[in-house]
This record gives sequence, C-alpha cells and structure tokens, in this order.
Amino acid sequence: MNGLFTIGLPHYLTVSAVLFALGLITVATRRNVVAILMGVELLLNAAAINFVAFSHFVHGAVAGQVFALFIVVLAASEAVIALAIVLTLFRNFRTVDAAATATLRE
Amino acid sequence: MSTVTPAAIVFFGLCALVVGCAGGVALSRNILHAAFLLLGTLAGTAGLYLFIGADFLGVAQILIYVGGILVLLLFAVLLTSKVGDTRLSNPSAGLQFGVPLGVLLAAGLVYLVFTTPWPLTEAVATPMTGRPGEAFLGEYLLLFELASVVLLMALVGAMVLARRAVKGRSPDAASGGAAT
Repeated sequence: MNGLFTIGLPHYLTVSAVLFALGLITVATRRNVVAILMGVELLLNAAAINFVAFSHFVHGAVAGQVFALFIVVLAASEAVIALAIVLTLFRNFRTVDAAATATLRE
Repeated sequence: MSTVTPAAIVFFGLCALVVGCAGGVALSRNILHAAFLLLGTLAGTAGLYLFIGADFLGVAQILIYVGGILVLLLFAVLLTSKVGDTRLSNPSAGLQFGVPLGVLLAAGLVYLVFTTPWPLTEAVATPMTGRPGEAFLGEYLLLFELASVVLLMALVGAMVLARRAVKGRSPDAASGGAAT
C-alpha cells in the first residue's frame, strides 16, 4: 500500500465512510424533519464521493462522474419534493418534529 | 515512505473541512448552525472532486448543492420555525445508541477499505469537461433525458404538494405557499 501522504483510493473511501456514518447518525437521531433531510444529503454525498473515487482510481473512465452528477440531480429533486412535504406538514401540524407527526390522519 | 506534499496538505485540509462540518451537522443543537455547517461539507466535497480532476462535477456540486439545495434547506428551516423562537432548536433522540452505531459502521467500513485488494489502475487525471459531456450525449443519453423528466416531475409535484394544503385554508396562506 502507498504511504499516508500519497493520496489514493483508501483515503477517499475512508472520508466517504466517515461521512456516511455521520449522515446515518444524523438520520437516526434527529427529530427535526429538516435535519433528517440534511442527514440524507450527507449520505448522498458520501455515495457520490465513492462513485467518483472508484471511477478515477479503479476504472479509469468517466462513468462514475456521470453517476455522481445524476446523484446531484436526484438529490435536488428529492430536496424540492421533501421540502414541499415538510411545509405541508408544518401547516397541518404546526411542528416538524418527526415523532409528533407519526399519524396518518390530520 | 513518502514525504508531505502540498497536494497531501490540501487533501487533508479538505478532509478536515468535510468531516468536521459533517460532525457539526450530526451533533449541533441549533438547526441553523447545522444548515450553515452543511455548506462546509458540500463545498469540501466539491473540493475533493476537483482534487481528482472531476472539475465539471465539482462546479456542478457548488452550483446545485451550495447554490440551490442549501438555500432551499435554509428556506425550510426558517419557514418551519415558530416566529419568535430564537433558539431554533434541533432536538435529538437516542444519541446513546446512534453514535456507537455510527462509530461501529465507520470502523467496519474503514477496516474493509484497508483489507480489500482493490484492482487499482494507474490514475490519470484528465481535468476536462469534454469526456463527461460526450458520455452524457452519447452513452448515457437516455438517462440524461430521463433526468430532465424527473426534474420536471419534481417541479410539478412540489407545486401540487404546496398548493393542495392551501386550497381549503386562508388566502394569505395560499400566497405564502405560492411564494415558496
């Protein structure tokens, strides 16, 4: 394996793993719906870093960048839809606490 | 053994930015602080992309994530907090289980990273927008078009979702919903 200061695939995968774990902690422990969304963004970013790193260090092609860009596009649409839902939720419940809105009726 | 190069310093600085800000997002008690710390994580991720020659992706990350999604998240934070609530609290539950779970996951993933024999090739950094562009309009053209349809659906869907709740309610709420 290369030295610590020769940046390679393990460096990128380690950053991505830590980012993924922090995103999972955010999704699992936050109670504010918007904060949970931020955790989802962290998870998506970790996955995108993995795609780009693998395509650069292993495959040597551009496919990983294309997939990471699709991740960005899907994250944008997901954020738009989810925030519209959050605003609707706030209008109906006057709160965005995920535990307090665990009901299907208004 | 290798010596410390400027590239390594830049990389570890970006790593510290990404991980430090993500830790703030995960553990901050003020959701406005979390939203602003997310800026550091997203910008640092863009830096990591630029570092391995994915410059189109890095710029797109800054434009879409930092310029679009983050602003949208800030809108959501400020629109869904009660007026006069200056603390903008960000409560958490089950941190005593969540944090060990996350640490275990990170440790397991890092262990896998360093024990798996990756089939490495010689990395060639080609910082060009040409290759992704050709991939988009050649091999991945169908996905590219589907992404535009998905974006249109998200646009229409967000409008429908924001309008439906407004229909039976007061007209000033309707104007507020349309503005968002």
